[in-house]
Amino acid sequence: MADIKVNNLNLWYGNFQALINVKAHFNQKQITAMIGPSGCGKSTLLRVFNRMNDLIEGVRIQGEVIIDAENIISDKTDLVQLRKKVGMVFQRPNPFPLSIYENIAFGQKVHAEGLGRIKLDEIVEDSLRSVLLWDELKDKLKKSALTLSLEQKQRLCVARLIAVKPDILLMDEPCSTLDPQATSRIEELMRELKNNYTIIIVTHNMQQAARVSDETGFMLLGELVEFGKTQDIFTSPKDKRTEDYITGRYG
Amino acid sequence: MRKFKEFLIEKLIFICGLASIFFVILIFLFLTKEGLAVFKYVNPVDFLMGKSWYPISEPAQLGILPLIFGSLIVTLGAAIISIPIGIACAVYIAEVAPSKIKEVLKSGIELLAAIPSVVLGFIGMVTLVPWVKTVFHLPTGLTALSGSIILAFMAMPTIVSIAEDALYSVPKSYKEGAFALGATHWQTIYRVLLPAASSGIVAAVMLGIGRVIGETMAVMMITGNAAVIPQSILVPVRTLTATIAAEMGEAVVGSEHYFALFAIGIVLFIMSFIINVTADLFLHKRH
Repeated sequence: MADIKVNNLNLWYGNFQALINVKAHFNQKQITAMIGPSGCGKSTLLRVFNRMNDLIEGVRIQGEVIIDAENIISDKTDLVQLRKKVGMVFQRPNPFPLSIYENIAFGQKVHAEGLGRIKLDEIVEDSLRSVLLWDELKDKLKKSALTLSLEQKQRLCVARLIAVKPDILLMDEPCSTLDPQATSRIEELMRELKNNYTIIIVTHNMQQAARVSDETGFMLLGELVEFGKTQDIFTSPKDKRTEDYITGRYG
Repeated sequence: MRKFKEFLIEKLIFICGLASIFFVILIFLFLTKEGLAVFKYVNPVDFLMGKSWYPISEPAQLGILPLIFGSLIVTLGAAIISIPIGIACAVYIAEVAPSKIKEVLKSGIELLAAIPSVVLGFIGMVTLVPWVKTVFHLPTGLTALSGSIILAFMAMPTIVSIAEDALYSVPKSYKEGAFALGATHWQTIYRVLLPAASSGIVAAVMLGIGRVIGETMAVMMITGNAAVIPQSILVPVRTLTATIAAEMGEAVVGSEHYFALFAIGIVLFIMSFIINVTADLFLHKRH
């Protein structure tokens, strides 16, 4: 079960409290969008789920985040296993400066060293197919991934993740550097992927949240103000602050 | 008035800018004029491939192959020692070390670069040379190996600081991406960071080697200065640089010996020029 249950989650950067008593349940096989103005803590929350915040100095986390019956906030959590299970796509596409093939094979090489060439070829092909890049790129797998277009790079980053077979995909504003056409194609891809993965997307773009997500959470100043069915949040928000935000009164 | 001042300063800076090029051209012309004169006495092939260097016997034998081999073996030895240690040190400083140790190490490396080569030379002479002699049971410790070890110390600061720079300037997003895929720190370093920084690291190595090839004082003091083609790294050798430094004082101006030393200068110039240009190419590939 790739649900994420969050209970009384608090997080501090030094003295600044970035997450305040967050409580939520992210369901599997659907897309959950996190919206809110800059600095509201939505990216921070996302980065709790694969413990990327550990890279920042002076971070303190309290509370419970349960994935597969395990509290991943614990010091005993195996970060390698966690990150294998919970993959992340970043705001700026960040393919490695390696060949396209090597980018996708990276996860396999990291987790299952010594995998046979044929098996590896297969995984590369499957992953590229699942992000609809195979036909475009099958003849230039040896080329550097840095030669691709922004959209291709972002797709490649998703393919790179899928090759590791995660259960959960975290997407941190994955379309913010893309043009509208590319954005809609990535959204299309997300809809396709949600059949197999739990997807959580952080976005600045409310329309995007309304378009792709099944559930939506609205955050403000470190608090999760409202969480529920996307339709409900956008048509009949319960909290005044949510209503003000989605009607564009601030943010 | 103000315009005139502006004009004056501009021209002054312009002249200063040209001065360095002007001097390089002058030096180069002088070097070639004096160096090429040796080919009146000996043909270029015999000069470069000749196996004996007896510049003051009658007739003089001016073959610099032993000197070229001397320089190469000392440089190669120094490279083999300094490249792995230097890169490992750079990785440690850039990626692993806590910030306090990092600062200490960085200033330590800078200090190492500040030691004058003659000081390294005499420290090598009184400590390293006897050690090499006893460890390998040699008649003398003044060998290519001793030279290589000391030169490795000189190449290290260059290699470490430039390689560390290259590693540091790898975008943080690569590191995040690798971590997010579940790579361990070490896997991230050798699968992503090192390849991403590779051109800068190659440049670091080239510049380090460039420093080694041109180094004179320390090698002259501890390599034994025997102008024979070395059969192993445990025998005395004489490098191109040491030859010029040791013999220029006693060569009669205008003699074939004198011209030959200038010709050695040309050979050295070409060698370090090639190394520097390669380093430059790699450095610019990065951007």
